[in-house]
Amino acid sequence: MRFERREHRSTLLVVATPILAVIAALAIAGVLIAAAGAPVFEAYWKILTSAFGSRLSATETLTRASPLILTGLAAAVAFRARLWNIGGEGQFYLGAIAAAAASAHLFAGLPSLLQIPLLFIVGAFAGMVLLLVPLWLRLRFSVDEVVTTLLLNFVALLFVSMLIDGVLKDPAAFGWPQSEAVDAAARLPKLLARSRLHIGLGIAVVIAFLIYFVQTRTVFGVQSRAAGLNPSGAVFAGVPLGRTLVIVAMISGGLAGLAGTIEVLGVKGYVTTDLSPGYGYSGIVVAMLANLNPLGVVLAALFTATMFVGADGMSRSMGIPTYIADVTVALSLLSMLVAVFFTQYRIRR
Amino acid sequence: MSALFDILASAGLWAAVLRIATPLILATLGALISERAGVLNLGIEGIMTFGAMVGWLAVYNGADLWTGLLVAALGGAMFGLLHSVLTVTLGLSQHVSGLGVTLFASSFAYYVFRLMVPVAGTPPTITPFQPLDIPGLSDLPFFGPAFFTQTAPTYLAIGLAIALAYLIARTPVGLAIRMTGENPHAAEAQGLNPMAIRYGAVIFGSALMGVGGAFLTLSAFNSFFPTMVQGRGWICIALVVFASWKPERALLGAILFALFDAFQLRLQTVLSGVVPYQIFLMIPYLLSIVALAVMARRARVPQALMQPYRRGER
Repeated sequence: MRFERREHRSTLLVVATPILAVIAALAIAGVLIAAAGAPVFEAYWKILTSAFGSRLSATETLTRASPLILTGLAAAVAFRARLWNIGGEGQFYLGAIAAAAASAHLFAGLPSLLQIPLLFIVGAFAGMVLLLVPLWLRLRFSVDEVVTTLLLNFVALLFVSMLIDGVLKDPAAFGWPQSEAVDAAARLPKLLARSRLHIGLGIAVVIAFLIYFVQTRTVFGVQSRAAGLNPSGAVFAGVPLGRTLVIVAMISGGLAGLAGTIEVLGVKGYVTTDLSPGYGYSGIVVAMLANLNPLGVVLAALFTATMFVGADGMSRSMGIPTYIADVTVALSLLSMLVAVFFTQYRIRR
Repeated sequence: MSALFDILASAGLWAAVLRIATPLILATLGALISERAGVLNLGIEGIMTFGAMVGWLAVYNGADLWTGLLVAALGGAMFGLLHSVLTVTLGLSQHVSGLGVTLFASSFAYYVFRLMVPVAGTPPTITPFQPLDIPGLSDLPFFGPAFFTQTAPTYLAIGLAIALAYLIARTPVGLAIRMTGENPHAAEAQGLNPMAIRYGAVIFGSALMGVGGAFLTLSAFNSFFPTMVQGRGWICIALVVFASWKPERALLGAILFALFDAFQLRLQTVLSGVVPYQIFLMIPYLLSIVALAVMARRARVPQALMQPYRRGER
């Protein structure tokens, strides 16, 4: 048995791939649900109704999808250029704490229209800086950025924990380590009254379209792709490899930082060390599920958010551990990898 | 200064060093052997988590401690098989596949744990490995408590590092592994099967990662809780580079690393209130990054690392 590269890929195959992958993941996760002694179809139905069954749950799912779109884009942009940014989680937290600190101390009192964009810039900048360090280590010392970005996640989280237990600690929080609240003018406007859904969702979707445009219609988009597909070939063709990677890293780290900023300004209003239930790591799965397509990221983020919110509700009523959501999402990633492979190769005897 | 010296001169520090080093030694060896054959296994973090959980669960359900380690090895090997299918047979990106394996193995471990062990106020515990009493050696002043009060798996890990150093450098099996990691086409021309060798190295390496994780729950602590591996797997990946892909240096690197870790733990109590504890907790991760930056250029990377091998394809 051997694999042979396909000459031609039909559009149908490309569109069907993620759907088949998700179905396969749901089937395997179904075995795990059955092993726990619960009816599988009822469990999936519960997941769906818990995620979209009411106005409250639907807005909650969309609120969860917003940061996932941004961290997903952060991973997708970087991976396309073969810059393995696994540090989304750390960049998310740095973006969140930078914005919270700036709002409480630097820009407090500024009107919303001025303050919010300024905080976006500050948060994105913080995320950028955290990714530029591993990129510099790669370009200067040829250190694999996978390991350094992963390790920096732990450093960033400890750094945030230090700040919210120290200089940025909210004195009114009864001793709990949490940052001071952001300025009232910095809170993002709601998309829907009486819900947690804020304009972050709109911003994330607009950015997804912007990135799609940049990747498909600009010179930089082509260069970043070339840097990923064949670095030495790209250099030969005149692509400034170092500069391209730096810009990619700034976009990727900036998006993850922005995700943290939007989460703290839109949802909580202050930073704790459980601000993110792994948004940075889930962003990687979202990007892979979307096959690195920026518009696909929006759909993949929606799927992932559905699983997480839905599994919470299903778990409460059926006694299946909520970790089934993480298992299903991880399985979707693995089956997506295999599915993409079979769109590129066929089996020959 | 005398406080620092007191820390270094205490037998307790050195006993802690070997205890902290053991899971790192085992998992680093696992990552190392698989990289020597040309496959980066970033599943390490999740595989350690799964090994920690499944080994503990076996003992909690009545198995003895050695059976627990064996179960952890088998659990690790299972995920090694998965990683092999994805990266060796299909030739997928080793980075992405490894991350997928980590996400799957750790979430699967948490799922199984929650399913088998109901939520309780205090986590259930088992009786872990006890320190071995070595006649003569354990009673020595200073050296006894410092180096000879470890549990059996620690000595096993050290022995294994030496055995693997010999295996890789001096035996035909080692030569076959190295050749597959340097130039699989040449290995095939010699009548070897690079695919089978990669499978073997990844599966064996993953079993070691599983055992490394299980040391945490069966010897260092006595219970399992989510996120207990705390990035140790990623640190091991850095240690492999630091060790320049040599088992004997991996042993040394892990011990050196554990020395810093044990030292900062003690320094933390001395300096508590002056320096935030988070600074100390950052040290291991920052140290790994620095070690990578210093060693990455000097280290001899296996030439075919991260390159999929397809028969008849160049």
